[in-house]
This record gives sequence, C-alpha cells and structure tokens, in this order.
Amino acid sequence: MELNTLTAHELLDLMKEGKATSQAILECLYNNINRIDSKVKAYVRLGPAATPTEPASAGPLCGIPVSFKDNICTEGLATECCSRILRGFRPPYDATVARKLKAAGALIFGIKTNMDEFAFGSSTENSFLGATRNPWDLERVPGGSSGGSAAAVAANEAIFALGSDTGGSIRQPASFCGVVGMKPTYGRVSRLGLIAFASSLDQIGPIAKDVRDAALLMNVIAGYDPCDSTSVDTGVPDYTRALVNDIKGMKIGMPREYFVEGIDPEVKSIVEESINKLRELGADCREVSLPHTEYAVPVYYIIATAEASSNLARFDGVQYGLRVGDKGGSGGLLDMYCRTRAEGFGQEAKRRIILGTFVLSHGYYDAYYLRALKVRTLIKLDFDKVFEGFDCIVTPTSPTAAFKLGEKVEDPLKMYLSDIYTISANLAGIPAMSIPCGFTKNGLPVGLQLLARPFAEETLFRAAYSYEQNTPWHKIRPKINSGNG
Amino acid sequence: MYEAVIGLEVHLQLATRTKAFCSCSTEFGKAPNSQVCQVCLGFPGALPVLNRTALDLAIKVGLALNCSAQEHTKFDRKNYFYPDLPKNYQISQYDLPLARNGFLDICLEDNSKRIGIRRVHLEEDAGKLIHRSDKSLVDFNRAGIPLLEIVSEPDINSPEEAHEYLRELKKILEYLEVSDCDMEKGSLRCDANISLRKKGTKALGVKSELKNMNSFKAVREALGFEITRQSQMLAAGEALAQETRLWDEKKGETFPMRTKEEAQDYRYFPEPDLPLFVIDKDKIAAIKSTIPALPREMMRRLEEYGLSRYESGILADFKQDAGFAGRCFDIYPHKNKKPLTNFLIGPLLSEANSRGCMMSELGITPEGLIELLSLLDEGKISNLVAKAALSEMIETKKPAAEIIAKKNLMQISDTAELEGIIKDVIKENQKSADDFRSGKGGALMFLVGQVMKKTAGKANPKAVQGILKERLKE
Repeated sequence: MELNTLTAHELLDLMKEGKATSQAILECLYNNINRIDSKVKAYVRLGPAATPTEPASAGPLCGIPVSFKDNICTEGLATECCSRILRGFRPPYDATVARKLKAAGALIFGIKTNMDEFAFGSSTENSFLGATRNPWDLERVPGGSSGGSAAAVAANEAIFALGSDTGGSIRQPASFCGVVGMKPTYGRVSRLGLIAFASSLDQIGPIAKDVRDAALLMNVIAGYDPCDSTSVDTGVPDYTRALVNDIKGMKIGMPREYFVEGIDPEVKSIVEESINKLRELGADCREVSLPHTEYAVPVYYIIATAEASSNLARFDGVQYGLRVGDKGGSGGLLDMYCRTRAEGFGQEAKRRIILGTFVLSHGYYDAYYLRALKVRTLIKLDFDKVFEGFDCIVTPTSPTAAFKLGEKVEDPLKMYLSDIYTISANLAGIPAMSIPCGFTKNGLPVGLQLLARPFAEETLFRAAYSYEQNTPWHKIRPKINSGNG
Repeated sequence: MYEAVIGLEVHLQLATRTKAFCSCSTEFGKAPNSQVCQVCLGFPGALPVLNRTALDLAIKVGLALNCSAQEHTKFDRKNYFYPDLPKNYQISQYDLPLARNGFLDICLEDNSKRIGIRRVHLEEDAGKLIHRSDKSLVDFNRAGIPLLEIVSEPDINSPEEAHEYLRELKKILEYLEVSDCDMEKGSLRCDANISLRKKGTKALGVKSELKNMNSFKAVREALGFEITRQSQMLAAGEALAQETRLWDEKKGETFPMRTKEEAQDYRYFPEPDLPLFVIDKDKIAAIKSTIPALPREMMRRLEEYGLSRYESGILADFKQDAGFAGRCFDIYPHKNKKPLTNFLIGPLLSEANSRGCMMSELGITPEGLIELLSLLDEGKISNLVAKAALSEMIETKKPAAEIIAKKNLMQISDTAELEGIIKDVIKENQKSADDFRSGKGGALMFLVGQVMKKTAGKANPKAVQGILKERLKE
C-alpha cells in the first residue's frame, strides 16, 4: 500500500490496527520524494533523511510526519526562509508549534518545504532555491508563499504540512493545488518561532488532504502561548467534534464585491456551483456587502511592508546568516551592511523593504501607515457587521486557477492581485479556510474560501466538512510521472 | 545678556532581576554574552514578553515625579542600524509613554524652583561595543535591560540648576529603590540639550545635544563650556549648527560628534509583537501605595524637630539615613534636639562615611545611640569619650553603658578624686600656676589640659576648671 497517499486519520487508524508503522510511512514518503520531487521541487535542501523514526512521546498524532515550511524554526534543523541571507541558519530552539507537535507524537519531517523568500510572494517563484511546480501542471505555479507545503501535500510528498499565512499564503496555494488550507484567527496559534514577515498579520496554519486532517493538526497547534504576547488566552475546542455533516439553516453570506471584475469567468461559475451545493445542503446563502473591500490590497501592502521592513532589519550579517565584506574590506561597518543585504536579499524582498521604509518615513507616516491602520479598522468593522447576521462568508479563494510560471513575475501588481480575496481575513484577524471545490476545463483545481468570526474555526470546519462529504473533489489527486517525461 | 535653556534626558537602568522582554539575568559584570537568549539577541522568530515588574517600577517613578500615569500605554519600534542593537530596532515608547506631565522641585540658594517632567517611558537597553585595534566586539549582556527615560522640560536655566536637578532626581530614585543609580556602571546616564536666547525673549535658539558626560560634575562643566562657546559665537554673529557634541573630560570641552547621520529618521511605529497595556486605577493606586516618603517630605519632617534646612538636607540625602534619624528623634527625651542633631551629622555620619555605608547599616540601633547620648547629656562622659565609645559600639556591637563601665570611661566629676589630681598637677607645673596667678589667663587652659591628660580624658573639664581656679587663689 502506498501509505504516503493516505490522510493522517487513515494512517492513525491503520497504525492502531497494526497495519502501518511510522518507518513504513516515512519510507513511502521518501520513495515518492525521490521519484518526483526533482520535478515538483516542493522541498528544499534535499539530503540524507533527518526525520526521527520514533515519536518523542505518545499523543494524538503519534508517529505521523508533519512537513514544515522553511520559515518555522525547528531546533538544529536548517530554517532559512528560502533566502540567501539566512543560509546555514540552524535555530537553537523550536517554534511553539514544533514543540507541541513533538509532544503530540508527530515526527518533524527532516526537510523543509519551499516558499517565496520570507513569504514575499504568491507563486513560490521568489525562492532563492528555485521555484516549486504545481503538481497538477508542472508548467504552472503552486501558488505561494506556502507553495512547497501545498504542492507536497497535493503530490503525496507529505501527509500534511504547516504553512504560514500573512495575506493568503496558506489558502491561495491550497486552492491552486487542490488541498485544504486554514488560516486560524490571529492569536489562535502561537507565532513564537515563526520568522516574522508582518507580525500583526502572520498566522501558522495547517495544509492537509482533507478537512479532518486539518482539524487534527489544529487540535495540536492551537492554544495560548504565554511566550507570544499576541496569542489569546481562550480554550481550544476539540475541532474534530465540529466535523458534522449538517449545515441546515447555516447562514452564509456572499459578498457582492468578490464576484465582480477581475475574476476569471470559469472560476466564478465553479464557485457559484459550489454555493448552489451549499444551498442544496440546507444553507441559507444570501448576498452581503463588505464595502471597503477595494482598499484591502493597498492597505495590506502598506501595513505588511512597513512591518516587514523592520522585521528584516535584523538580517545584517552581524550575528548569523550571510555576511559579505568584512574580511580585508576597507569600507567598514556600513559597507558590510550594504553588501550583505544587497547580496542576501532577493528582488521582491528589497522591493518590500524599500516600500515599507518609505511608508514609515517622516512626513509620510500619517498619509500612509496611519491612514492604512484606520482603513484596516473599517475593513474589520465590515466583517463584524456581516457576522451579526451570518455564520460565515463564502468567496472564491483566488480570482484565477494556477497561472503559468513566469506569467506574473515581471508585474508585481498583477501578482499582488492574486491575493485580493484572501488579504481581508488577515487585516480583520478572522479565521479563513480554502477547500477544493472543482476543476477548470484544463484540469486545474479551484478553491472555495470560507470565513467566520474570530475564534469560530468550528463553524468553518463544520461547513467545510459538510461540503467535502457531499463532493468528490478532495479525493482526486494529481498524477505525476517519474523519469524524464 | 543670554539666557541658557536646558533640558535633560536621564536614562536609568531599572533594578529588575530579569531583562525587559526575556528572562535573562541583569546581573552586572558577568562574562561577555553569558546572559543572553534568542529574544535579547534578536534571533529570527523570537518574541518579546514584557517584564511586568519593569512596568510597575517605571510607573512608580512616573508617579513619584508627579506625572499623570496613563491608563493606556503601548510600545513602539525605534528603527536604526547599529551593531549593538540586535534587531536593528529598539523597543521603546513613542506617542503613549507610560507617564507624562510631572514636575520636580529643586532647592536653589534661597528659594526653590519647579522643573517640569515632560515624559517618562520604558525601553530596552542596547548591547555594548568593545573596540580593539583591528576589530570591534559586541557584548549583549546589557541588551534588553529595562531602561527608563526621564525627559525634563527645558525649564533649566543654568549648569547649577541642572546639577541640582540631577542630584534631587537621583535622591528620589534612590528613595524609590528602583535602580542602583550607579553612573560608573552606566546604570544612570544623562544627555543634555542646550540653547541660548536673549534674556527676555521667548523664541528658542539653535540647540546642541551633549553626550558622554559620566558624572553630574561633568554635566555641569559641559553645560558651562557650552554656554561660553555658544554665547561667544552668537556675540560674533556666527551661526550655530544644531548638532550632537561630545564632552571631553580631559580637555574640558565639547566637540562635534563625527557622524554621517543625515537627519536621523527612526520610523517609529507601534510594536506589533506587544499588545496595548491597560493600567487600571486600582493598579495605579496599588503602585502609589508603595511610594515611600520622598526626600522633600523627609526634610519637612526633620525640620519639625527643629533642624535647619541644611541639617535636614544632609540627613535626608538617603532614605535609610532619614528614616534612622527620624526614629532617633522620636525617642530622644529632650526638647532641645541640637545635641542629637550634632551627634548624627558629626560622629555618626563620619563613622558611616569612613566605612562606606549608611548610618543605619552601622549596627547601632536608635535606642543604643540614645543611651550613649544620654550619658553625654548628663555629663557622665565627655565628647571625646562618646566618640570613642561609638567606634567601640560599632566594632563590638556592645551597649554603650557596658563599654564605658568596662573601660572605666565614666567622667570624673567627683571633687575629692579630682582635688588630688589637681594638687599634683599644680605641684608639677609651678611655673604655669604662677603665670596664672600673675594674671596670664591662658595658663589656666594649659593646666586643664594637663589634668585631662592625667585622667585619659575622663575628667569633667568644667569641674576641673572650677577647682583649679579655687586652688590657684590660695
């Protein structure tokens, strides 16, 4: 049996019956990675297997390997954000999520998944270590920035994986790769050990083959962390209890602003069909309005770049990572700073650092950053208002299915618009999820996004599970031939 | 014709056990980079958690400086690149400092002056650069230690006022026990802004920011130098540059800091890793209740015992001394407190100073001291003996009466005993006795001295004088 093609909950059942072992699972995963990852490039720094074969403790995920995005710290295991500037960085500590997963018996997979450098991007093309390919069409991108995690899960190179989502970086690649991805409520999952992109927007979340696996991962990683001052001290429910195939009477809003210009007609009709399916299952779907939607992208690119410019200032060649120009150089400190950062950061990272530095500059702060904070509040209030009368909101995850490699690299604005539907959830801090909802004529997966009020992840799980139980999409996996074909 | 306008920025390391945003120790003088972790080293993925004790101490200082404590406070990032700053931003406070709009009263020669406190805020200290000939090293032990910035209004008009402000501020901070206030260790640092304007005008002139002053004396001297420099330039019609200047202690002058800093833009913005902190009224009241009586209040209390401002000022310099003195005055049985005052400011303070400790740390209780003092007051011992007995008390921790009895130090007022000694002295010093008889008054004191010598200081000088006069008439 190809254990790598199964979900975590299927594997846990098999292991209970003594029909699978963690060694056998790892073997199947490595076999598949050896077979196809030269094409998919979901992982970076492939090398001798560093995954422990025995769980550190018994627990709900005992013996199941979890793949980590390259920006989540794992003790002693290279974590480089797919950036040259962090080359060789081995964190001396575990992220809280890694610690929790170890305690739950999960195996931290020994190689990390590919990503856009520092999570700056929507296609994983901004990785210093080369682009990941979409398993459904190797000419296309897997989305980003957690493209490596999404592609690995879709291509059965991972059982499930962790990603990070600052503006859609879990949901958009999940949508492009036909898998399930969740961005939890801001504060639900500890950010300790997540190398920050934009601290007020970042969340770690699961990428999985089905909704139940996402719930299993959330059960372990969610919860208050006194070492993350932005994490929230409220109890964590058992999310698997929300996996109920029943959405009768659930009130679902469809924001009209998400179904207008810019959306691919084919994606639009697939999403509309899915909404009909939700209606069929008894949900009460009605049009709602989120009037400040059009400001989400500009507001996001002000706040996110401002925070990023400061968060990335520490990469200066002094303590860790790359250092250029200190030996025999006559330029001194400034020269070392400049050369290290010039050679260490990629183009998109530089673009965002410069943008962020600009919007925080004296004389511009009020016009950009301060105003963006105000509009961010308005966007949040839009959601609050809708959630007064609705349980959740449904939208497309991205305006298009996976696009071709190189298609948007030269046009950052076009690339930024790929996240137009996912960004608002980060600005509002609300939980959001993408689930597979069909395929285009070209055979590319399309994602359906569900959003709910803060800490209502259970509503998302219930709606997503009900939809999944009544549709075939999550069972369809891409076929990738090995060899030179 | 010019008036100096001075504002002071004081940086104070708070005496917390652990750093401001992590649990590393703040102990001074440890091996370089031995008190660091991923948080204070600014490692990727690390997050700050506020040390609540630091916040409480900071609020305490704000309240003691008569500031209104803010019910909401937040932290901001101050962004600049420097190798001693691990994250290349400093967690500081920008537009919502934890306390603002306070004041501090300072004593001038014959009146007092109120200096405004603009703001008090909490931030993290940076590491320390150590320069070698071919390279520079960084010690991050200091990085992340909670630092309080206390910014005065530009209400100070002379180097002397600046000096007095710092002295008074330091006294208050020591009373609050929030810091060791040790300038040598860098626990307390001071920068000054100074500009000149024509007397009677309101508009501010071009200011210099003065740094690198390692003592209050240095602050006073640097300001004095700067007043001379600026007024000479202004008088000559030269334009002043707004600049940062460093004090050169050896040369006794300031010089412009050589930097390539164009106008520094710190790009402050709210620290997204920390929430807004709500400090409710109960919390503020609880912190307020921990503030002891401050130097001015202590001086007022001491003045009620009849002490002069000068005397109360000396005793109120340190909280422990003021408290000790207060307890002594409380149990001193005489209405006239002068003898006690003199003894405290005299022998006791000099014992403390020579031993480098507080009066209260000499191991003498107020009761023990008063016992010694009553022996003096009752004429049973001389001043000289009292001083000697005090030293003995400090050394042996034995009560005054025991020391004096054991060493037979009790003053000899017994006329019969004195008569005998005086008889001998006159016999041995016939010439002086004759001198006195022939009208040389000064000879009497010589004879008294001889008696004191013979009795090892135990004779009551007044009684000796009386008897001598009587005998010499014969």
